[in-house]
Order: sequence, then structure tokens, then C-alpha cells
Amino acid sequence: MKLNKSWIIAGKDFKIFRKKKRILYALIILPLLLSVGLPLFLISTLESADPGEVAIILNAFSFFYIILAYILPNSLAAYSILGEKIEHSLEPLLATPLTDGELLLGKMIASFLPCVAMIYLGSVIFMALSDVTTGTLYFPNWTMAFILIIAVPLASILSIQLNIIISSRVNDVRTANQLGLLLFIPFIAVYILLTTNMVSLNILNLLIVSAVLLIIDVVLFYINKATFNRDKILTKWK
Amino acid sequence: MIDTLNLTRKFGDLTAVDGLTLQVDEGEIFGFLGPNGAGKTTTVRMLSCLISKTSGEASLAGYQVDDPEDSLKIRKIIGLLPENVGLYDALSAYDNLDFYGRLYECPEARRRENIEHFLKMLGLWDKRDVSAGQFSKGMKQKLAIARALIHDPKVLFLDEPTANLDPESAKTVRDFILQLKKEKKTTIFLNTHNLDEAQRVCDQIGIFNGKLMALGTPAELEESVWGNKTVVQVEKVTDAILSALDKLPLKSMVVDEGRLTIDVTEADKENPAIVDAIVGAGGKIQYVTRLSSTLEDAYLKFVRQEK
Repeated sequence: MKLNKSWIIAGKDFKIFRKKKRILYALIILPLLLSVGLPLFLISTLESADPGEVAIILNAFSFFYIILAYILPNSLAAYSILGEKIEHSLEPLLATPLTDGELLLGKMIASFLPCVAMIYLGSVIFMALSDVTTGTLYFPNWTMAFILIIAVPLASILSIQLNIIISSRVNDVRTANQLGLLLFIPFIAVYILLTTNMVSLNILNLLIVSAVLLIIDVVLFYINKATFNRDKILTKWK
Repeated sequence: MIDTLNLTRKFGDLTAVDGLTLQVDEGEIFGFLGPNGAGKTTTVRMLSCLISKTSGEASLAGYQVDDPEDSLKIRKIIGLLPENVGLYDALSAYDNLDFYGRLYECPEARRRENIEHFLKMLGLWDKRDVSAGQFSKGMKQKLAIARALIHDPKVLFLDEPTANLDPESAKTVRDFILQLKKEKKTTIFLNTHNLDEAQRVCDQIGIFNGKLMALGTPAELEESVWGNKTVVQVEKVTDAILSALDKLPLKSMVVDEGRLTIDVTEADKENPAIVDAIVGAGGKIQYVTRLSSTLEDAYLKFVRQEK
């Protein structure tokens, strides 16, 4: 497998994303809204909450970045595969000396890097604004570091892989987006447990969440490899 | 360069390609003629390692299409223009070609040279920075042809290259195909149902409708409809003329009022004898002509045959 070929695929997708305003806005607006909106929301709760409660809220807010890592690649990954399908560009692409692994990796890089970069940028804004708002140096901390370095990439990969699987079964980007978003319900469940303080966002719990994400990522990788069949793509994708 | 032996592809109960056996030599333009849904695209997809075969053999330049390692080698030496051009509308013409050039691992200097060469040849150089999405159908088709050639392939598969093109663009593409054969000795497998196009550019033609119905040069296929026949129009067919012709070693003859349709083996030798016999018998010849059929006659004859 030649990694440079995957980079060529990713580079081409980056160029296309830059020219598709809908994708570009989806990529930029959500992380920025969240990163500015959450600290603003914090201001309204500061008067009534004690420092312990603020810490719980900030902890729960940190988990939002795992959810964001799942939501954000949705439109990119769905477009990345379905875009090829819609523009009929898969056939000439598959006729090149490109292996399935190189193509899939390229598609994953194309969705993964912009999303993770935007999440990192958003998280820096969020941490800075939260510290300014609370007047304490709550961030950076080990929990947020773990979330950004381990959990965010794993959640992004999960989202991208699911989208690749969904894309092979649907015909338009919106349906793929909606199906992909349906599967983020478990993340919301974890978030509710965090805000109600039934579960705390400590390193151990994050390890468990990350381990689950890792296992699902590995399983999905094998499903993807098994279902990415050139013959089926060209004869059954309508 | 391209060899198939009983190549077959089934989709469930439907046999799209049934026992295809053919050989295309290096530098040859092979026309694959058939109606819509005949299995032409399926054949090209099997030969370009995009889909698998159900049975039979197929090889390109000695590489087997169903061998995973050979498949990559085949894809390095082929260029494909699919039925749907499949360009990236958001990218410029230049970027579309550059992307494919990189995937084929063309060195940068050669890539640039080829992009400029093909875009100039196809009259698109001035539009190189324009998004493909803004191109007309004809321009897109030309750009997709340039894309298929960016790595100097040995074999080029063209699936309906002039379909839906205006006559001028179609001529540009046809001239370009002939130029490629002349300059680069590229082997070209041309899927088409445009008979005029096939007749103009192809060295060999296969008429295909699920299975290969006929194979030969355009002239051979035309001849295969009527055979080699001479038509002699005389003022009046008399017993003396028929008796004189009976003495010649003719294969067969049909008389229709003043028209004699004679089956000949070697027209250049037999026709003078026929004329002499008729004139000698007192016949007045109005004209002598070869009974000619067109590629269209051949095509219709073979595609209408039961599969």
C-alpha cells in the first residue's frame, strides 16, 4: 500500500471541499458556535452555581467535543464517498492502479484531518473563553487532553467509517447524513449521564469510552473492507 | 494485446456477456459494435479489471485480468473513457488531469508536458483553469479523453466516445483517435453503436449482442451480407443469354426481369467472361455493377440474428 496515493486522494478531496460552500460552512460554523456558545451559556449559570457545579458543567461540556467529533465528519465523509458516486467519478478512479486500501485510507484522511483540525481550533477557543469566564485556570487539564488526543480521533474515525458503509447503501448525501446522525444517540445518552452527575468524566471512564470506540472502529474497518467491493460498487450502486 | 477466450459474465440469471472470444493486436483500433444493453460496457469493465468475470479467460499484454497482482499492472497500462465521463466538476480542467497523472505516478515534468500536449490537441488549453462543471458536454468528453491518456497508456478503452456530441466535436474526437493510432501506436478498444464512426476508424470490428455475432474488417463484414455478387442489367434476358451463361463456371445466378445477379468468386476474372458471354449472345448490357452492402446492412443482419 502506497501512502502517497492516499494523500493524493485526500488532497483532491480537500480542493473540492474548499469549493463546496455548504461543506465548508458545516465544517466551520458548528465548532465555532459550540466553542463560543458554551462559555456564554456558562456566564448565565455562574451566579447560581457553586464552583463544584461549574466543574461538573465544564466537564460535561468537554464531552461535547467527542460528540462533535462524531457529528462533524458526517457531511464530509458522506460527500467524500457519495460525491464520487453522484458525479460518476468512481469508475475512472477505480480503473487507476489504486488499491482498495489506498482509496479508503485517502477518503478517511480527507474527512478526518479537516474535522479534527477544526475541533482542536474550537477547543482552544472554548478553553480560553471558559477560563476567562470562570476566572479560574480550569483548562487545560488531563481530561481535556485525553479527550482531544484519544477520544476525538477515535470518534471521528467511527463516524467516517459508518458513513462509508451507509454511503454504499443510499443515493443522496442528506439521507446518508441523517442515518449517520441517528447513530449518535449513545453519545447523547452518555452526555445526559454526565450532566446529571450520574457518571463523572474521569480518565478511567474516558478510557472505557475510548476502548469501546476503538473496538467499534476495528470492527467497522473489517466490515468496510469486506463490503467495499469494486464489482458491487459498479454493478449495484445505482 | 487483448485476448479473450469464452469470456462470460452473468448477473444472476442474465448472461450479459456469453463466451466472448477475440484477439486485438497491438496498435489496432477494434470497434465493438452492438445495441444498447448488448453487454459492451460489461466487457470493457471486465477487461479493465473493474468487475470480475464469471468464467473464461481474458488477458491484456499477457497479464490475466482476474489475477490481483496482474490487475494492478493492467490498470497501469490502460486508459479508460467510461460511458459517464465522471469528471470532478469543482476542479479545473488542469487539476482534473493533474490528479489522475499523480495517481498514475507520472513524473511531474512528463505530467505537465502531457497535460499541455493533450489539452492543446483537443483545443482546451485556453480553458485549463476553468472548472470542469462549466464545460459543455463536448468539452467534458474531450477532457475525459485527455484524462484517459495522461499516462500514455498502451491500451485505451473508449466507451461511446462521440455519443451526444455535435458533428464537429465528434469529428475532432475521431480525428484524434486516428492521430493516436498513427503517432503513439495505442491499441484502442472502441465501444460504439455509431456505424459511420466504426467504419471510418476501425481496423477490425466485432458485432456483439450478448455474444459475438460477427468479427472482421469493415470490408469483410460488408461482404458477408451479400457475398461477392455482380449485377448485370440487360435490355432483355433471352434464352441465348442464359444458355451462354450456363456454359460459364458460375456458382449461382438469379434472374429478375432484365437484372442478372450472379454469384462470383473472383470478380476481376469472371466479370469480363460474363460480359463477353452476354454480348456474344446478342444481349445489350445497360450497366454492370458490384452488389454492395454497407456496414449498416451487416450490423442489422447480425444483431437481428437470434442470440
